[in-house]
Amino acid sequence: MKFVAEIDIMPLPTLLDPQGKAVGGTMKSMGLPEIGGVRIGKHVTLEVDASDKATAEAKVVEACEKLLVNQIMEGFTFRVEESK
Amino acid sequence: MILRFPELSKMKIGVVTFPGSNCNMDIVHALRNNLQYEVVELWHKDSDLQGVDAVVLPGGFSYGDYLRSGAIARFSPIMEEVIKYANDGGKVLGICNGFQILCEAGLLPGTLMHNESRKFICKNVYLLPVSRTASISADLDDKAALKIPIAHGEGNYFLHEAELSELESNDQVIFRYCDENGKVNNSSNPNGSANNIAGVCNVGKNVFGMMPHPERACSEDLGNTDGLAILRGLETLIKA
Repeated sequence: MKFVAEIDIMPLPTLLDPQGKAVGGTMKSMGLPEIGGVRIGKHVTLEVDASDKATAEAKVVEACEKLLVNQIMEGFTFRVEESK
Repeated sequence: MILRFPELSKMKIGVVTFPGSNCNMDIVHALRNNLQYEVVELWHKDSDLQGVDAVVLPGGFSYGDYLRSGAIARFSPIMEEVIKYANDGGKVLGICNGFQILCEAGLLPGTLMHNESRKFICKNVYLLPVSRTASISADLDDKAALKIPIAHGEGNYFLHEAELSELESNDQVIFRYCDENGKVNNSSNPNGSANNIAGVCNVGKNVFGMMPHPERACSEDLGNTDGLAILRGLETLIKA
């Protein structure tokens, strides 16, 4: 079976995100002072061949922990769905 | 000026080139021509370190810095050999992107985040040698600042509090950013690094990483020879 994973990778909440801070600052100067707390991460989509959803999820976790995410500075969430 | 160390002429240093490395020829030149060492140029697809006495991972933008700096190079075939070599006590030095690769490979603690300013910074900075037990910095005067250039966008060294105290108490910090008088303070920290850290080593003190580029400061033709003292630390390292 083929599954599709949607992965969000974000800088850890305790860490400074200079990119988010710069974009947040621009929100104010471009006339959207209501917007704050901007943080910027990465979104990754990928396909997994697996016999079932649990196996596909385990593969996604392995991919995140080994390569996609540096857990010293980033955290991740994901969802896996069967490919249509 | 050419410095000769005939008794060390057999010292053989491997320099790895990854796709996107761009300081590989600079370090090869400094080691070969300014320091008279034998240099073996290694390719990222090699799986043989050719019996070198130390491995240097150079600066650059391996794999275009895709995903995170060093994240993809860490899985190059030669890195499997470098990891085995380091775990057996082999001596490894990573400069700039080489430092990032060693952190991604788990051979060095911590990680290099985007500079606090989010700007790419290319300028001379001053470094204070710190560790008295890590062979690469142990022989350097810990009161005299060395002028060495940096050139990076992701050099903001980060480690969580508990690990950072452990790193400090194990004497694993090899260099800190300082001012020209050797004072370590916020204004001499170019990128936001924790405790002004510019370079660290592992617990075994055989794997080293630093963001500044000593290989760019090894020739009077370039107006700066402060890098020679740092690279000469490889001799102490190999003899250790």
